[in-house]
Amino acid sequence: MTEPLIYEISASGRIGVNLPQCDVPESELPSELMRDELALPEVSELQVVRHFTRLSQRNFGIDTTFYPLGSCTMKYNPRLNEDVARYDGFAKLHPLTDEAGAQGALALMYQLQTWLAELSGFSRVSLMPAAGAHGELAGILMIRKYHADRGDTKRTKILVPNSAHGTNPATVTMAGFEAVELPSDENGDVDLEALRAACDDTVAGMMITVPSTLGVFEDQILEVIEAVHACGGLMYMDGANMNALMGIVKPGELGFDVMHYNLHKTFSTPHGGGGPGSGAVGVNEKLLPYLPGPIVDIVEAPQAEEAAPLYGWVMPEKSIGRVKAFHGNFGMHIRAYAYIRAYGGEGLKAVSEHAVLNANYIRVKLHEAYHVPYDRICAHEFVLEGRFKGVDEVHALDISKRLIDYGFHPPTNYFPLIVHEALMIEPTETEDKVTLDAFIDAMLHIAKEAHENPELLRSAPHEAPVSRVDEVRAAKQLVLCCQPALPQAETD
Amino acid sequence: MGKWKTPDDLKYTESDEWIRVEGDTATIGITDYAQTQLNDIVYVELPDVGDTFDKDGVFGSIESVKAAADLHLPVGGEVVAVNDGLEDDPEVINADPYGNGWIIKIKIADASELDSLMDAAAYAKLCEERD
Repeated sequence: MTEPLIYEISASGRIGVNLPQCDVPESELPSELMRDELALPEVSELQVVRHFTRLSQRNFGIDTTFYPLGSCTMKYNPRLNEDVARYDGFAKLHPLTDEAGAQGALALMYQLQTWLAELSGFSRVSLMPAAGAHGELAGILMIRKYHADRGDTKRTKILVPNSAHGTNPATVTMAGFEAVELPSDENGDVDLEALRAACDDTVAGMMITVPSTLGVFEDQILEVIEAVHACGGLMYMDGANMNALMGIVKPGELGFDVMHYNLHKTFSTPHGGGGPGSGAVGVNEKLLPYLPGPIVDIVEAPQAEEAAPLYGWVMPEKSIGRVKAFHGNFGMHIRAYAYIRAYGGEGLKAVSEHAVLNANYIRVKLHEAYHVPYDRICAHEFVLEGRFKGVDEVHALDISKRLIDYGFHPPTNYFPLIVHEALMIEPTETEDKVTLDAFIDAMLHIAKEAHENPELLRSAPHEAPVSRVDEVRAAKQLVLCCQPALPQAETD
Repeated sequence: MGKWKTPDDLKYTESDEWIRVEGDTATIGITDYAQTQLNDIVYVELPDVGDTFDKDGVFGSIESVKAAADLHLPVGGEVVAVNDGLEDDPEVINADPYGNGWIIKIKIADASELDSLMDAAAYAKLCEERD
């Protein structure tokens, strides 16, 4: 059953609030700014409460269901982090508070910068970028400024493997470079020959997602980095998939020059409607002066042994500048800090190990019923083909819709593009074996249904409040009107 | 015949465009394989009449419920007509990729560039390999 729009339950004259008596002198608003009719719903308080409570119960989220959305790392958001973020000292701190009055917050940010740098083997981290793609943009702008400062202006290209996140070529273009796509070899790794052929003195750098969107760790990553460095380019790592690598690989030590993290994935801060994100960016010594700022630093050493240092804002010497108002998404810094603090180094390593184990468990349980094109030990996610030999009418989308009937959020569909009918599955470490087994059972049932009764999949979902939605119309009709047409006088 | 239609009178690119040569002009669209892979097409970005592009130049883009893809010109030339009907009904490419789903017509700049394109048999083989 669908829930009516709030405008559909509106009735003229209904009132939801009692305004208190006015306790200041009334003043007239300019008449040209006054409107008589407003397109607002007229509903009672109880109607509002019921309407939005019902809608909230329809919400499909990590708090209600398994959510194996590949590339998005929909892991549990620990409630401890929420408690800490609500401490008065953090939650009520005004962003314009001077440094002296915000030492606790600055200490937290400094510590988070330091931990993130330690985890990835970089020299320094800036917490300014607001989300992953924003971190990418900051990183590529640093590369641009690095080359420009050396007077090397002929480097106009950035290499991007076809197994990269879609944001990578978009970032390259936004930063004023030309994205040059590199093919993958039969194992899903970068085609080294194509890479070497593309490396010349017009290459500013390479952006690579590790592990890639196929969920595999580049076996030849050192050769890739060496080839790009040899032609004078810098290496950007899309660190959105750090969930697979914590405590296992330090990208800075592999030779990467710059990388962004997604605090809203790897470090469990809420996202997908509960955000905002946070796309901290880390660099090695080469790019240190270019970090977006300001960043937190110790501006005065401790005066006595047990005393705290004085923290302050510092703008890196040749910074690409501010990329965000105030201090980045500070609420997310608190949650990520609490997460790292709660787990510790060994705990974070266990997080990655379990994320990888869970993905491989599902992969091996499904790789007979489904075709897994790059069927090797995967990282934190893997990609299978959502199609069956001899059942041409069933597509990945149909499998996803049928999963809704089994009570699971569908995996990522049709990405990466290099896999036919891709379904990208990322269970994360926060799911137990019981949940993984239930999901595997559902997928195996669906594979059986696809052969026996494909129409069941084609017309799914059957158990959801709304059945198959019209995706073509959704993509074409960009303006959706959920309120009554405005009175004629206002639209003139 | 394979899984996808590949008419014999057309030439094909590796990026899944077809070209039908008529004297010094040619009609261009995307193949049956391409429209199947893209699934329901929702938007086509067309060039303007008079625009010129080199061989392999990006003359527009196509967007489906699954993905967005660039459109590459099989041979260099000047755009002499565009299929305006695609603005309102891009799905005609799904229904009739080699007929009403044509995308642009061009005046060919250098007919020798046609030699590098695939014939129907070679393209059909490529589709089978990629499936």
